[in-house]
Amino acid sequence: MEIENTGKEDGYFIVTVTGRMDATTAPEFEAYMGRWIGQGEVQFIVDFGGLEYISSAGLRSILTTTKSLKAKQGKLILCALRDTVKEVFEISGFSTIIPVYDSVEVAVKKG
Amino acid sequence: MTPEITSEARMERLEQLVQFVARHAEAAGFPIRRIKEIELATEEVLVNIVSYAYPDNEGPVSIQCWADNAARLVLEISDNGVPFNLLDVPDPDVTARFSDRQVGGLGIFFVKQMADEARYRREGDRNILMLSFDRHRQDSKGRGYAGTVQK
Repeated sequence: MEIENTGKEDGYFIVTVTGRMDATTAPEFEAYMGRWIGQGEVQFIVDFGGLEYISSAGLRSILTTTKSLKAKQGKLILCALRDTVKEVFEISGFSTIIPVYDSVEVAVKKG
Repeated sequence: MTPEITSEARMERLEQLVQFVARHAEAAGFPIRRIKEIELATEEVLVNIVSYAYPDNEGPVSIQCWADNAARLVLEISDNGVPFNLLDVPDPDVTARFSDRQVGGLGIFFVKQMADEARYRREGDRNILMLSFDRHRQDSKGRGYAGTVQK
């Protein structure tokens, strides 16, 4: 899994994640997000356009991060979910509790 | 000989075990999307075993994997750990609001959603979970746990 800050738009810290978020890589996501939150970032758009796979461990990391952001009046928005990732979000009900948009552009506008 | 892999039940082995199954699904000509669903179910079972099967020590996990016919892949995942039927774990509330939302049980829920059939048995000191995957996941709308899962 690769995760990097790919820009800043309208106050949103853009993060792009590619590869797979599974039980072995999900902790990395939490660690990176934790570091950026520690640096004062609170508004995130996470681009999952390159994410091919996610398991419950990945969802757990996203939920943990989102909860800690809410405690700081922050926000986490996801975008560009594909295929199995989209399916996992829908089946788990996570797509109704975490904002999801089609693209970074739409997320910036509507987020 | 049924293809089989045995490994220590540790997180570091997860990828190797999941890819063993993925390669068989690929060889059976399953579509990529279905292969990922099979990987997901496999990972969730394995993470459960890694996390809970051997509380005091370490132990092995084995996966047998074969194509039942051109359109069905069958896995048997077994461990020698504490007696545990994964399928007994109740589903999480997927309609829960954000503040109430927990992740517990979600992995097992995915196993039940992704597999077309799931059965548990205990043989001697082994837990054996059989999962069967058709080439295309049968639409699970309303199908639920009771319809296809047997003990």
